[in-house]
Amino acid sequence: MELLILAIMVTIGYFAGSHAEKTHYASIIEREKAFTKLPTTNLKHPPQDPREVEWAQLVNGNAVMAVDYFKLFVASLRNMFGGRMSAYESVIDRARREATLRMQEMARKQGADMIINLRIETASIGGGTAGQKNGLPSIEAMVYGTAVRYRR
Amino acid sequence: MGKDSMILTNTETILGKNIVEMYGVVNGSTVRAKHVGRDLMASLKNIVGGELKGYTELLQEARDEATQRMIAEARKLGANAIVNIRYSTSSVAQGAAEIYVYGTAVKVG
Repeated sequence: MELLILAIMVTIGYFAGSHAEKTHYASIIEREKAFTKLPTTNLKHPPQDPREVEWAQLVNGNAVMAVDYFKLFVASLRNMFGGRMSAYESVIDRARREATLRMQEMARKQGADMIINLRIETASIGGGTAGQKNGLPSIEAMVYGTAVRYRR
Repeated sequence: MGKDSMILTNTETILGKNIVEMYGVVNGSTVRAKHVGRDLMASLKNIVGGELKGYTELLQEARDEATQRMIAEARKLGANAIVNIRYSTSSVAQGAAEIYVYGTAVKVG
């Protein structure tokens, strides 16, 4: 019986999870294209620019992403043999890129020209949601930087 | 931006402005526990994976609160800007996270 429940969960996880991932990636790529005009760098100082800086202000973005049952299942098999856990890699990648896009969105709303001194932080917040001892792993990606606007 | 608003950056200096006085490190922190309603939704969402919107909002609110506390501390010192801001997150207990933010309070001219 428990095995059956697990099989159902894994199947749901596989179909719903891979569909969600595909649509999410499509939307990430779409939005990343829109932000090519907003340079984002982790340099401390912007490149030489003759224009005067009007303001500089902190911007941030975050996203919490969880794995699905299928990924958890694949990862637990992976744990036996070792090697690349590509099932988890994509989850972390999506969280970071989503958080970066949110930060860029915030910067664009304020009218920024570029973002400098980008910092990315990842924290694991999973493990033990209410009612279950071993909650599925979920991670938070937090991205922050300084948005800069030049006087025009 | 208003005249008495606090300038926040995570760079060491503020572009286009000069630091005239330094007051030292200011910080803000908050410890937040996950909330049952949100947790229930999160555990349902866990079957299919993907973004846990409830937690994203929760952590963002916590971060805003920590930042506000830091700003209040800087304001008490008479600063009008905070530079070199860093955020950090640590889990202090099962289901609770501490958000900590710190930076250097300065006066810019």
